[in-house]
Amino acid sequence: MNAFIQFLGEPIAQRSLWACAVIGFTNGFVSALVVLRRSSLQIGTISCALLPGIALAILLFGFMQLSILIGAVIAGLAVGLGSLFISRTGKADHDTALSILHTTAFAMGYIILIQLGLQQKVDDWLFGNIMSMSNTDLWIAWGIGSLAVLSITILHRPLIIFLFDPRVAAAMGIRTRAFSYGIFALIILVLVSSLQAVGAFLTLGLLVAPAASMYLLTDRAPLLFWVADSSAVWAPSPRFSCPTRWAGTWGLPSL
Amino acid sequence: MVDAHDHICWGGGHHHHGGHDLSVHQLSARYGEVEALSGISFTATCGHTLALIGPNGAGKSTLLNLLAGLLRPSGGTMMWNNAPLHDTRYEIAYMPQRTEVNWQFPISVRELVEMGRYPATGLWRKLSRHDHEIVDKALEALNLTDLQKRQIGALSGGQQQRAFLARALAQEAHILLLDEPFTGLDVPGTESLATLLRSLAAEGRLIIASHHDLSTATRIFDYTLLLNRRPIAYGATAEVLSEANLFTAFGKRNITTTA
Repeated sequence: MNAFIQFLGEPIAQRSLWACAVIGFTNGFVSALVVLRRSSLQIGTISCALLPGIALAILLFGFMQLSILIGAVIAGLAVGLGSLFISRTGKADHDTALSILHTTAFAMGYIILIQLGLQQKVDDWLFGNIMSMSNTDLWIAWGIGSLAVLSITILHRPLIIFLFDPRVAAAMGIRTRAFSYGIFALIILVLVSSLQAVGAFLTLGLLVAPAASMYLLTDRAPLLFWVADSSAVWAPSPRFSCPTRWAGTWGLPSL
Repeated sequence: MVDAHDHICWGGGHHHHGGHDLSVHQLSARYGEVEALSGISFTATCGHTLALIGPNGAGKSTLLNLLAGLLRPSGGTMMWNNAPLHDTRYEIAYMPQRTEVNWQFPISVRELVEMGRYPATGLWRKLSRHDHEIVDKALEALNLTDLQKRQIGALSGGQQQRAFLARALAQEAHILLLDEPFTGLDVPGTESLATLLRSLAAEGRLIIASHHDLSTATRIFDYTLLLNRRPIAYGATAEVLSEANLFTAFGKRNITTTA
């Protein structure tokens, strides 16, 4: 136990704790959107779609944190908004468009990474590494978190009407198209910001589980956003004890 | 039939000079290549209930969507008090079919009714005491005061309809558009909703509902628009639902109209 407390004194551990808190908070807040929108599965596919963006960014600019992040955002937006666009204009529904686009994107990303000889990058992408968060990453995560909390808080009344019934919202003159694109973009930003810390799969759990479990406990939508948070902040903390080479020596024996 | 001349008129700060008419002229809609509706024209005055009747796929829902502003017409005009209908969106309340509602959604009856205040308060303003009074009144008018804290899924079918009507009242909407409101209600439920709709109309609202049950139509609705992709007849319900008109609309005989 002493070893663990000593470990918490390290700057890298503190940064990781901050990352935990910020990412957990943001994910918890936004998870209410995902669950109320009933789009959990769609979000799952988006996290796969980020891979080609990351791969392309590495291919074009090498290992640069910012370019990788921007690459992931662009890939996520392209697949997410692209599928929304296809379902709005064509015959295919949203799920169909998303399935096709995301498998294509994933395959493209994988091929590029293999060509670059970077198979182990896939591991990073799948499971993340909270200990490798830089200060810039933290600031970006904080910025995205603030954006999420601010926009959801300010727009919460029309947002709840929209989430409850998009048609009634449209009849009331709420710009439903802007809302659905906006929500998608926000979720992708949050996904990307937590990707590095917790990886593509845990981030999906973080985006769905908090509000889903709180859904069982509360009947009040506004509360859902905040209560889901309190549970999500703690969710990434097990990552400390996960077998990252560095943390493992500290985390596992002491816990 | 309800007298249209003596009524209190609702409507959020709307001034109407010389009556309040909804007049639809040569309205048409298409989905891609398919013409869903064409040549729909009618004029309805508030204080009345109007049924949209026709076979499946006749365009009842399409017409409601057009009126609610959810679908853009491919031609024609919709005027409310001689101004384009959708200039005054707060005047319209749309009620979806019960099957389209996510009843698991975590909101209470009161929060649902408070949604109706949104067009009036806009993005920023909080609900004022005045807004809360309107919500209270709407809940009371529909006998939901005791149920206001319930989650909406924990209501009976009739209560759910009333909760949505309460939201329309809280919105102070003049025109109520209801998509198949009587579907899935039992006989007493149908009776009480019918009474309710008539009294809401008597207070000066215009109620337009798609309806499929010919046997109850005459008792519930003053006017009927019989349609099958194009208008077939429009007027007092009993006259519109004649054997000949029904044959034109439904293409078969012996449709019961026990009024």
